[in-house]
Amino acid sequence: MLTILFDGVAYGMLLFVLACGLSVTLGLMNLINLAHGAFAMAGGYTTVVLVNSFGVPFFLSLPLAFLVAAVIGLVMERAVYVHVYRKPHLEQVLLTIGLVFMAVAGTDYVMGTSQVFANTPEVLHGQFQFFGVGIGRYRLLIIVVCGVLAIGLQYILTRTRFGSRLRAAVDDQRVAQGLGINVNGIFALTFAFGSGLAGLGGALGTEILGLDPTFPLKYMIYFLIVVTVGGTSSITGPFVASLLLGISDVAGKYYVPKLGAFVIYTIIIVVLIWRPQGLFSRASAK
Amino acid sequence: MNYLKIAAAGLLAGTMSFGAAQAQETVKIGLVIAMTGQQASTGKQLKAAVELYMKEHGDMVAGKKIEVILRDSASVPDNSKRLAQELIVNDKVSILAGFEVTPAAMVVAPLATEAKVVELVMAAGTSVITERSPYIARTSFTLPQSSVIIADYALKNNMKNIVTMVSDYAPGADAEKSFTGQLTAGGGKVIESIKIPLANPDFAPFLQRAADAKPDALFVFVPSGQGATFMKQFAERGLDKAGIKVIGPGDVTDDDLLPQMGDAVLGVVTAHMYSADHNSPMNKKYVEAFTKANNFRPNFMSVGGYDGMHLIYEALKKTGGKADGDSLIAAMKGMKWESPRGPISIDPETRDIIQNIYIRKVEKKNGQLYNVEFQTFNDVKDPGKIKK
Repeated sequence: MLTILFDGVAYGMLLFVLACGLSVTLGLMNLINLAHGAFAMAGGYTTVVLVNSFGVPFFLSLPLAFLVAAVIGLVMERAVYVHVYRKPHLEQVLLTIGLVFMAVAGTDYVMGTSQVFANTPEVLHGQFQFFGVGIGRYRLLIIVVCGVLAIGLQYILTRTRFGSRLRAAVDDQRVAQGLGINVNGIFALTFAFGSGLAGLGGALGTEILGLDPTFPLKYMIYFLIVVTVGGTSSITGPFVASLLLGISDVAGKYYVPKLGAFVIYTIIIVVLIWRPQGLFSRASAK
Repeated sequence: MNYLKIAAAGLLAGTMSFGAAQAQETVKIGLVIAMTGQQASTGKQLKAAVELYMKEHGDMVAGKKIEVILRDSASVPDNSKRLAQELIVNDKVSILAGFEVTPAAMVVAPLATEAKVVELVMAAGTSVITERSPYIARTSFTLPQSSVIIADYALKNNMKNIVTMVSDYAPGADAEKSFTGQLTAGGGKVIESIKIPLANPDFAPFLQRAADAKPDALFVFVPSGQGATFMKQFAERGLDKAGIKVIGPGDVTDDDLLPQMGDAVLGVVTAHMYSADHNSPMNKKYVEAFTKANNFRPNFMSVGGYDGMHLIYEALKKTGGKADGDSLIAAMKGMKWESPRGPISIDPETRDIIQNIYIRKVEKKNGQLYNVEFQTFNDVKDPGKIKK
């Protein structure tokens, strides 16, 4: 029972790291970025290549995956996304879904179609018993890393000067600009950071989710679920939503395997009927 | 006016005779496979095998030039149907081949019947496919072939309580049904049947459920491509150390992914019709040529493509180049030959494949993981059809 809870939390945490960048760009910058999963994939492949081909230690490859994805994110933001911030959502969707297909085909060409895995160190293999609860070492790592990230993000967003600038820039761009806030710079940085997080999530996720060129398409729906259920105006929303989805998905598949795949969709429907704006959204958000 | 009419008639006759002449010189094969999407690894293997066969045997058979037209279904069966239709109507293909998954093979069946075009299934493995059209022949395998054999193996090796875990679509159901039938007939028991959604990111909850049932062995079918994730999580959960064995049709230890699976997969016993490690001079040559051309190992899907081409070539030789559906399918019936996987033939009644099924165990050879065959069942027909 507790083992299931543990697995659910680990899965939820992983979803959170993968999706929170999306909730930041969607909620704060009002940009629908369906290509978010592509950044996650970039992070995943970075880890795989570094660890398997260059012998970089797994733990070191994680921050590198973050960096690579963040840099790609920064370049893409300046080169492509910046042109669609003010465009209608439909155009953003068309552009970003196009980017997804390009990423899928490109990765396919360079890395091949089959699934890849990074060689993880021996320390992370297997499971140990803790008061009768089977704890997978790798999943424990995910929980620790993602937990720290969630707390850190919440702190940055609510307690730091950068956070308040970001929120100001989102609430009213023109006034924020008038007050001397470099809105473009903040957006670029935020976007890069969100992409970096996705990259880290992708790197952590290879072991559990598998990694192949269709990754961005396969998991897009999960990211979107997290963001819709969680609402887009805070970090807490997607965090709680991810945990809820992770736990209910794992528990649902364990207890009622026949219905397993439907449990999370039922939950979305219920949540969205009850609170169409998401669990934690400010009701009057523009 | 008259002059115009004559010109038009002449033009018409001209194009017709031109069309006929062309049809006589080339035989077109429409290869509909997934080059992108979920089943892309299957498409990649098939394409490589077809190319290898044509490189080795040339593109002229019985005075005809063979032309393969490749179409990407993107792993969507609906696309397979549309593409097959275009290939029949626009490109006038004589043979449709490929079909990475069961649904793709099924939706094309009515087209094959209507157009009287041979549909050669090179990958999909559900038993019932060949019954969907009198023009279907198969060079891959059927899931009951291996599932029944592995059930016998389980009984003989004292695995009586078994949890089955299959992907929730037609071949999974096929594998589960034939395995369970054979096992319970022999006195074994399936204590739990778990079905996994086809597009499933995380096996953890299903594995935990299987572990809690404490079976002697876990019977697994996941489609080609998902085996690695499955085995990783199986080991992560410590099921290998808990003494639970993994058995199943060979899809889970797919040669394509096996080298990446890690040592957790050592000792997994599967029944299947092909292993890259199969010990025959023909297979050694096949694996060497294949790996040299492609940089990856051939898997069980690849031999379906390779043998499919062989079947087409031989059937054309037999008909003297006649490529209409009726003559070709008649020529294919009962055809026997030596494949990299061993001796195989096409059942004249069901047009399905008859082949040896091998029981294999994953072992390390020269630092690489391989399915090493240790027992052979000769000339296995599809048990799914024998019962009827």
